[in-house]
Amino acid sequence: MSNPVLSVRDLVVEIPTRNGILRPVDNVSYDIAAGEILGVVGESGAGKSMTGNAVIGLLDPPARIASGEVLLDGKPIQGLKGEALRRLRGKKMGMIFQDPLTSLNPLLTVGEQLEETILEHLPISAAEARKRAVEALEEVGIPAAAQRIGSYPHEFSGGMRQRVVIALALCAEPDLVIADEPTTALDVSVQAQIVALLKRLCRERGVAVMLVTHDMGVIAEAADRVAVMYAGRLAELGPVRDVLTNARHPYTAGLMGSTPLASQGQRRLRQIPGAMPRLGALPQGCAFHPRCDRAEDRCRAEPGPTISACDGRAACWFPLGYPQEATG
Amino acid sequence: MTQTETPPTPAPVKAPSRLSRAWHSDLAWSFRRAPVAMISAFVVIVLVLSAVLAPLIAPHDPFNPATLNLMNGFTPPGEANAFTGDFFFLGTDDQGRDVFSTILYGMRISLFVGFAAVMLAMVLGVILGLLAGYLGGWTETIIMRVADVQLTFPAILVAMLIFGIAKGITPPEYRDQMAIWVLILAIGLSDWVQFARVVRGATLVEKSREYVQAAKLIGRSPLSIMLRHILPNVLNPVLVIATISLALAIIAEATLSFLGVGAPPTKPSLGTLIRIGQEFMFSGEWWILFFPAVTLLALALSINLLGDWLRDALNPKLR
Amino acid sequence: MLAYTIRRIAQSIFVLFVVGLVAFSMFRFVGDPVDNMLGQERTQEDVERLREQLGLDQPFIVQYFRFLEQAAQGNFGLSYRQGRPVAEILLERAPATLELAFVSGMMALAGGIALGIFTAIRRRGFGANVVMTLSLIGVSLPTFLIGILLIYLFSVELGWLPSFGRGEVVEVGGWTTGFLTASGLKALILPSITLGLYQMTLIMRLVRTEMLEVLRMDYIRFARARGLREKSINFRHALKNTLVPVITITGLQLGSIIAFAIITETVFQWPGVGLLFINAIQFVDIPVMAAYLMLISVMFVGINLIVDMLYFAIDPRLRADRTSGGH
Repeated sequence: MSNPVLSVRDLVVEIPTRNGILRPVDNVSYDIAAGEILGVVGESGAGKSMTGNAVIGLLDPPARIASGEVLLDGKPIQGLKGEALRRLRGKKMGMIFQDPLTSLNPLLTVGEQLEETILEHLPISAAEARKRAVEALEEVGIPAAAQRIGSYPHEFSGGMRQRVVIALALCAEPDLVIADEPTTALDVSVQAQIVALLKRLCRERGVAVMLVTHDMGVIAEAADRVAVMYAGRLAELGPVRDVLTNARHPYTAGLMGSTPLASQGQRRLRQIPGAMPRLGALPQGCAFHPRCDRAEDRCRAEPGPTISACDGRAACWFPLGYPQEATG
Repeated sequence: MTQTETPPTPAPVKAPSRLSRAWHSDLAWSFRRAPVAMISAFVVIVLVLSAVLAPLIAPHDPFNPATLNLMNGFTPPGEANAFTGDFFFLGTDDQGRDVFSTILYGMRISLFVGFAAVMLAMVLGVILGLLAGYLGGWTETIIMRVADVQLTFPAILVAMLIFGIAKGITPPEYRDQMAIWVLILAIGLSDWVQFARVVRGATLVEKSREYVQAAKLIGRSPLSIMLRHILPNVLNPVLVIATISLALAIIAEATLSFLGVGAPPTKPSLGTLIRIGQEFMFSGEWWILFFPAVTLLALALSINLLGDWLRDALNPKLR
Repeated sequence: MLAYTIRRIAQSIFVLFVVGLVAFSMFRFVGDPVDNMLGQERTQEDVERLREQLGLDQPFIVQYFRFLEQAAQGNFGLSYRQGRPVAEILLERAPATLELAFVSGMMALAGGIALGIFTAIRRRGFGANVVMTLSLIGVSLPTFLIGILLIYLFSVELGWLPSFGRGEVVEVGGWTTGFLTASGLKALILPSITLGLYQMTLIMRLVRTEMLEVLRMDYIRFARARGLREKSINFRHALKNTLVPVITITGLQLGSIIAFAIITETVFQWPGVGLLFINAIQFVDIPVMAAYLMLISVMFVGINLIVDMLYFAIDPRLRADRTSGGH
């Protein structure tokens, strides 16, 4: 990767609470290049959405970025506030939310919402903005866009609404799009279409996409690379094919084992025993060790290595698929 | 909704006393963290106690003409009367009545009317709400329609109207005597709707729960189901509404009495005292108006604050 | 929408019928109307004649409909106390109340919405906290005490504004107005603040709650994520959504201003219908009470209806024919 659009370095998000400081995102680092889709997976509460919110500066107080860097096109944006941050949002980075029903303002037509976003960021006239709005709707595959532009969100179906949301996120031509569970609230039949749409837009426009999801199917379908998160930390990071077929971190392997798609070879789904610990009650050492059948003393004593510190793939002291595994 | 009471756990060594359990409950915990609530509670307790104990505390009996001396009229607070040399803590009114004593007795009437009216509204509202929610059908339609119509009008107007009608029905010679009861009736009847609505809503929810279905199956009577199973579950919101209603009822009583359609001058409540005191505002005897007004304000405000806290404490989601 | 409108109008008519029944029952059963209308010196013939004249010998239901018929024509009989037609007295008094209600309503609406937005946007700010604390006192403060306080400050102590009455009024085509004279305007200030303050606090708290709720919605986050300006987010996106629920309750609040005018009018001896009503209660002047009740119900029901229609104007989701159960 020569010039990543987004570089996250050692990002830590903290939430101070009555019972001490929680770290929903702990020491996370990754890059996304132009035209690339990075899938971020994990169970709910693993910190995937929180990472996306931290990047775009939408953390709800008291959550805050405690340390680390977020570089957008090479420039640090993690400390930005107010006006400086606002100028970047929409223009440089867009976001797509989970539920298209609630993410569109019910009292404004989709045209009004598109035009106001375009006018905010691009130096063009109102008439041009209207033209652009229609184009944006056409681009995401809304039929008869010129007529539909005056419709209210409730007049669209769920899938169409999510297309409108995507058009809104992309209408000011950002370099980075964070899609937070974009398919979760949709019918299964519509999910594939939205994934395909995202993929197409990413390729055509050269947008960097951070695709946050808990759905391994979506990852396999759309992502170029995948980041697996567990209890706020990055467990594994690598090209999607490698990670899916040849997981190195025991958690990823377990995740694959419990996913129908990746486990086609198996007779039945395997479950990872136990549940992800709550942030307030993380075990000592590697957060995954109580559920890990490969855990040894070192895992119980020390937190797992950061990915960059070891092989660049899995944050594990004893990753799978290594010589000692092969010989032993 | 948070269920505040913990089940009576059989403690192996020593069962904590009822008091200590209450002290350690969630409600008490949030109470101890809310200085506003504690101060309000303190003010309410002091005011209620001094009203209840008025005959013991009050230096004079304002309703006994034998103890009044017209010469004592218009004594300013904290000064001795120019003619008699008598001293009055908060001054006296035109009749020479001790303002402090009239306030204590007035508060007694205000609080009595307030409590009684809220009790009436609560009992009526809870019963009608339970019936509407549990029985449904025509009962529900009629009760809720009446509630809707009444809700179209502000409670104070409904209370005035009921007062006016009741006054029309009572023979003139009994009107002063009956005024307090008419007030309770008027304010109580004007305020039941809120209780009924909340209770009905909660009843509809509870009715469909498994334990109520189970109770029905084993042949419990509707009355016992309503009282034993549904009622305890709607008590929290009812308590919150009752507290806030109490402040409103006290204000309503004061307002009606101030307007001259409430407690009569022979049995003055705080509102009546303010009505009387207003006449002396222009001539400089400010204390006759000021002290009853401050008392009323302190009473209403602290009950309101307490109700506000209670609502937040019992239902954190509403914050 | 048409079906909904028709249903709402039917409901309104139902309310009016019920209120009419109450008003009529007051007439009929509170005291004896014949007793009230004839003096001490009366003959049995007088009683019989009046009884027939009033239709008291007819069945209840016939009497009720005759009452409604008369009421619809504005005929509520004679005031027991003044001996003049009630409608005439009411009409004479109405402008005073309507002008007072109008001014305080506008004040409550403008002030309440502005302060509500302010306290919601600057939720943790110092100014917002001060306003919120004051508003809690405002809610606990009975209207009549506010009036007395204002009179004490501005009339007794400072001597700036009159403490009672409407000041000089000008008659314009049967409508007496205080808007056209300096003393009339001055006289309006204290009463309208008294009347509007409580409503203003309520509207403010309501706007604040609703606005905070709306500001937590996904579409506000999405608007932020698109880099829209705070001003546009607060006023274009949030405020409009806030207004939908606010309008209903605010509408009802404005209706209750008319009722609360009773208190303000008494404090300031404002010669409106509210003062008339209080006097009517004190003297058990049933025709005036009944007429006031009918008048105010028509007003409330009308306001409710208008509010409902406004709802449609603001929320496009309701405009479409509601096939699936939305609200």
